[in-house]
Amino acid sequence: MDFLLWVRGPAFNIAVAIFVIGVLARLFEILVLGRKSLYSEPKGAQMGPGVAEIFKRSVPLPDIVKRGAVTLVGGYIFHIGLFITIFLFVPHIEFIHSVFGVRWPGLPNPVVDAVTVITMVALIVLLVHRIRQPVKRMLSTSEDYLTWLVTFLPILTGWLAYHRIVNPYPLVLGLHILSVEVLMVVLPFTKLMHTFTVFISRWYNGAIYGRRGVQS
Amino acid sequence: MSALDQIAVRVETADRFAHNALPVLHEVRHALRRLVEAGESTVIDLHSMPFGPGDEEDLLAALGTGEVAAQLQALGESRVTETIYPGVWIVDHYNTHGQRIAFQIEVTPVPSVLVAHADDMADGLQRLEAALADPAEPECRPASNELRSQHG
Amino acid sequence: MVDSITLGESLRRQGVSRRGFMKFCAATASMMALPPSMVPAIAASLEKARRPSVIWLSFQECTGCTESLTRSHAPTVEGLIFDFISLDYHHTLQVAAGDQAEAAREAAMHENAGKYIVVVDGSIPGPGSNPGYSTIAGISNYDMLMETVKGAAAVVAVGTCAAYGGLPKADPNPTGAVAIQSVVRDKPVVNVPGCPPIPTVITGVLAHFLTFGKLPELDALGRPMAFYGQSIHDRCYRRPFYDKGLFAGTFDDEGARKGWCLYRLGCKGPMTYNACATAKWNLGTSWPVESGHGCLGCSEPNFWDAGGFYQALSIPTSNVTRTATAAVAAGAAIGIAAGLANRAKKASAAKQHKTVTVDQLGEG
Repeated sequence: MDFLLWVRGPAFNIAVAIFVIGVLARLFEILVLGRKSLYSEPKGAQMGPGVAEIFKRSVPLPDIVKRGAVTLVGGYIFHIGLFITIFLFVPHIEFIHSVFGVRWPGLPNPVVDAVTVITMVALIVLLVHRIRQPVKRMLSTSEDYLTWLVTFLPILTGWLAYHRIVNPYPLVLGLHILSVEVLMVVLPFTKLMHTFTVFISRWYNGAIYGRRGVQS
Repeated sequence: MSALDQIAVRVETADRFAHNALPVLHEVRHALRRLVEAGESTVIDLHSMPFGPGDEEDLLAALGTGEVAAQLQALGESRVTETIYPGVWIVDHYNTHGQRIAFQIEVTPVPSVLVAHADDMADGLQRLEAALADPAEPECRPASNELRSQHG
Repeated sequence: MVDSITLGESLRRQGVSRRGFMKFCAATASMMALPPSMVPAIAASLEKARRPSVIWLSFQECTGCTESLTRSHAPTVEGLIFDFISLDYHHTLQVAAGDQAEAAREAAMHENAGKYIVVVDGSIPGPGSNPGYSTIAGISNYDMLMETVKGAAAVVAVGTCAAYGGLPKADPNPTGAVAIQSVVRDKPVVNVPGCPPIPTVITGVLAHFLTFGKLPELDALGRPMAFYGQSIHDRCYRRPFYDKGLFAGTFDDEGARKGWCLYRLGCKGPMTYNACATAKWNLGTSWPVESGHGCLGCSEPNFWDAGGFYQALSIPTSNVTRTATAAVAAGAAIGIAAGLANRAKKASAAKQHKTVTVDQLGEG
């Protein structure tokens, strides 16, 4: 019980501080570094193609569909499932409302429950694939496994808490919140930063191709 | 009991069996099946049931009142009523202040509280023998005048 | 102080028939949240039970627990329990007796050494605090407690204040209040928390001790499993609404009138373990959630500091906005500084860049 109060109080404060400082520091560092001066004549716009690219890159190339089907499908199921689990579950919406002041309707709990299970299965499939597929295994570093773990644990502990599988409830709920805090602290300093930089990199690629007047 | 009964409680869900009355009825059904098929009696304590508003009324309305209604006076009143399903009894215990102290559904041929106990019967025999041994003694007459008038 | 007759004998002397005694046992079983199948065992035990001496100590408390118990409509079973228990000392109830009450307490402790039950409500200023914060007859709470429990068979900490520190212990805890179990280490302690506890739970625990001569099975926080083994959430009749995602948003909206789940209005049911959802209050009249108000979590430690009563359980208790605002400023500053440092490094690298001519290349 004291553990639950600690994770909901001081620990959350620390996690928020590190998360916000980390994300903003990295984002500002990227933005302040700026871009190379462009001396050629622009052959097209930057902003329009840049924004369009953010959405276009969500559609995979035919080659990727053929050669990386497991990663593609597993990745999509995981990301969409994660979105539903986080943003369409009423207790989470209450939390977001308390911090940001906005609220929207959620899905019925059994639906979110099913989606959570599917999300966890997708994550496990992706891990197994990473270990067994030779190229992915060769490319993987300890950071890849760490980020998998800090992503998997909040989903697992949240599901265990919802089903009250671990007793007493304050312990498992505290573990869930703690695992989210660990994720928050790790995110800005690992590849999980793609949560924010994906938009910058997609925009940049679209913008630079658009300026050159070529298809991206 | 108290003025609490006069506070109007309007339950907006109009469906019958909105909460937990239906599962309890199913539990009664299972118990009655066990009684019919295996002769096994069951007592369902309604004190620990998470009833919502209106559940108890729904449950009692569904069970109804059957052929037998018994009233006990032992440490306060107790009411034993057979429901419209023979073998399913509602046993309701009250204290001398009229407050409920136990509320159970008994699925049995006859609820145990109605059955006379060996100790009480032995004690009663002693008193009857004493009363018959010396009928002239005033203190041996039955104490209750109601009892006298019933038996002429 | 304590009679030598058993409860069975006592009831027979009061003219209670065997049938009446079995009714009493059925009601006792129901009150102790034991299954009806245990009635024969209860009957056999109660038959032989002897009247224990009870000493009730009240410390830093609001007297709500005593009120809950004594002011309750006391059905005959509880009344009989209390007729049967020799309540040898109760500070508040005996307030008019003054010193004689203290003498009675000491006499009871002496006569029943090793066998009496101590019931405590209220928290005490800890051994490290100023004892003057709470005294009775000039004796500090801590001293009175430790002296009284020396010869006790068991200690029952009634109410969240005694069990976990409760309101006095809430932030900033000016009196240094502590829970009873943190200072009483060598005697069995049962916690019966709640603010106040349900009256039948208090007497159920005492009835258990009376019937079986020992304390009931306890959970990790020292609470009897019979009453605190299930969370409010798992026994709440509004649970189907939670599962379907139907929540009341304010206290007077459509959801509230239809009796939907109160999670969004701050109900702490999921983390609270108590018997409110089944035993209810005022002899089964109702309980907070049924009346439309979320559970406060009053039987859990530190519930006063567990975030607002009207803030959902998933909402953090810290001031996130302030932290986040400060962090935004700090992060931006660090990021800009790092970016500028990188640009400076790039500029100095460009400046130090030495141009090379084709001839210089040939020199090797």
